Amino acid sequence: MARNVLVVGELEAGGIDSTTAELLGAASRLADGGDVAVTLLGARSAEAAAGAFEAGAARAFVSSDAGYDEFRPDQWAEAVREAVGQSSADVVLMAQSSAGRDLGPRLAFGLDTAVGMDCIALEDDAGTLKVTRPCYGGNANATYSFATAPAIATVRAKSQDPLPPREGASGELVELPAAGDSRTQITGRELAVAEGLQLQDAPIVVSGGRGLGGPEGFGVVEELAATIGTDKAAVGASRAACDLGWYPVSQQVGLTGKVVTPDLYVAIAISGASQHMAGCSGSKTIVAVNRDPDANIFKASRWGIVGDYKEVVPALIEALKE
Amino acid sequence: MHFVVCAKQIPDPETPPSAFRIDASTNAVVPAPGIAPVLSQFDAIAAEAALRIKEASEDVKITVVSMGQESAQAAIKQVLAMGADEGLLLDDPAFLGGDSYTTARVLSTAVQKLGDVDAVFCGRQAADWDMGQVGLGIATLLGWPAAIIAKDVQVTDGRMSATRVMADGFESVDMPLPAVVTVSNELGDPRYPKLQQIMRAARKTVTSWSAADLDLDPSTVGEAGSRLKLERLFIPEVGGEVELIDGDTAQEKAEGLVAKLREAKIL
Ligand SMILES: Cc1cc2nc3c(=O)[nH]c(=O)nc-3n(C[C@H](O)[C@H](O)[C@H](O)COP(=O)(O)OP(=O)(O)OC[C@H]3O[C@@H](n4cnc5c(N)ncnc54)[C@H](O)[C@@H]3O)c2cc1C
Ligand SMILES: Nc1ncnc2c1ncn2[C@@H]1O[C@H](COP(=O)(O)O)[C@@H](O)[C@H]1O
Repeated sequence: MARNVLVVGELEAGGIDSTTAELLGAASRLADGGDVAVTLLGARSAEAAAGAFEAGAARAFVSSDAGYDEFRPDQWAEAVREAVGQSSADVVLMAQSSAGRDLGPRLAFGLDTAVGMDCIALEDDAGTLKVTRPCYGGNANATYSFATAPAIATVRAKSQDPLPPREGASGELVELPAAGDSRTQITGRELAVAEGLQLQDAPIVVSGGRGLGGPEGFGVVEELAATIGTDKAAVGASRAACDLGWYPVSQQVGLTGKVVTPDLYVAIAISGASQHMAGCSGSKTIVAVNRDPDANIFKASRWGIVGDYKEVVPALIEALKE
Repeated sequence: MHFVVCAKQIPDPETPPSAFRIDASTNAVVPAPGIAPVLSQFDAIAAEAALRIKEASEDVKITVVSMGQESAQAAIKQVLAMGADEGLLLDDPAFLGGDSYTTARVLSTAVQKLGDVDAVFCGRQAADWDMGQVGLGIATLLGWPAAIIAKDVQVTDGRMSATRVMADGFESVDMPLPAVVTVSNELGDPRYPKLQQIMRAARKTVTSWSAADLDLDPSTVGEAGSRLKLERLFIPEVGGEVELIDGDTAQEKAEGLVAKLREAKIL
């Protein structure tokens, strides 16, 4: 069934971000002959539109008002609402990002409809849109349909495939109003991300947990990552370790932290609670080091070493140097 | 000032995965035998955020509100024991089987009926369905500003300020009251009530409101009013067998693992 799909785009230096391209891929598949549109907000939105057309959009609702550069959810919701109306959207997709988590529910409640959060699958089931999302801390998946329109979904990064770029593709630009008033004042911002390779981009993630016994344990984990290569491996942590202040919150992997999908995930002294696995179970290969042979982490692992990390990790570093 | 803390009772999210069961015929989680339901962890942290402000200022009253069945009294009592002043249970068969929309509808109607509420504190997400939208739903339905995923909350001079946990750091925001905030674990651990506080909370009466008390048409709440229809709840499959690397020493095991990873061209 043809449906009009609107994607809420997010920008990064140089254009649309990779998740926006994934969402446009999903939108193209769901549209089934309907329109695919995108919203792009902020000073660089018009130049980003070219990338959005190549990624699958036929129409871009843009506003180059720099007022949108800082994400204020009420202003963004207002702009997206306008685009929903103009595009007669049946489906609205956005990322399960800091912005999407804030925007999705505001938009849904404002439009008197529903949103499914953190969806990992979007499918057309005989004309009905169904979305699937993890719940119960990753122990279960739930599939939903929508009783109201438009159907809104926030979508997990890397869960959808982008289209092959349609080089030189163009589309229609529609100007959205400038940002309105916001009741929320942003009074400060502190960047807190690891230097260099980012967790979500790293082909290899080495994570440490509470079993490290203290912040110094992360020194050994960092050394392992550095031995693999600072251009390849990033360091993550379990929530237990972050809550204890042993490692920065920005590096937390899991349900309420970052979702990573590297080629290799190495879990060191992490028990493998479902909420942790929710953030790494999409990894191609999981390897675990744990003292407890019955630790849940081994159930999701391809290979494992049972032993004390204090002996095993230095030995791994040595073996890698050979 | 009058704060509302929204608290939900849920199956214990720390239930071991091996004890986690779903009844496919009802699409519902089967309570694990011997594991009691708990107050959703982020709601205890939301209560902690409200209590810290109460301690630092005069004249703060905290009402803990839960939509649930009789058993949810336990979640309410826990927040009362932590130091909240009043408990309110929103209990009606018509509320069952709802979604985020109907939940926010019932809770926001209760906040309206309470009348003089300055701020609503929610958890960042209920640790059963992990949705993370009821707080924003309450705010949108009431027309109030909101900040989500806060690790620090201050309320002074008719304004709320919050420090939010973002993907790439932290953001501080400021907004006028009345407002809604959803709170995350980075705020810190919730306090443990003392025995004396637990006993005092046990004796407190919890007010109960039904759909009729809230003037809510039963067709607009619970399963009947839901917009997101649960089609299927299932346990996803996890990957194959683990191979534990043999060896007499850590060195042997480490060399064995590195060899496997190199063989598979992963390293
Ligand atoms: C709603 C909710 C959301 C959550 N979100 C997240 C999230 O986003 N991310 C997350 O990680 N968690 C999350 N959690 C917490 C999660 O349930 C677990 O409590 C947490 O992941 C445990 O962290 P851990 O594995 O580091 O610690 P533990 O469970 O304490 O495990 C430590 C492990 O280390 C091993 N060990 C100990 N000493 C050694 C040694 N010397 N050498 C080798 N191994 C050793 C032990 O055998 C054990 O398996 C969430 C929980 C809830 C309820
Ligand atoms: N039944 C309920 N009773 C009281 N509060 C609730 C209920 N459901 C959700 N909430 C509140 O809304 C927050 C977010 O829930 P959710 O959007 O379902 O993830 C929770 O942390 C609670 O503070």
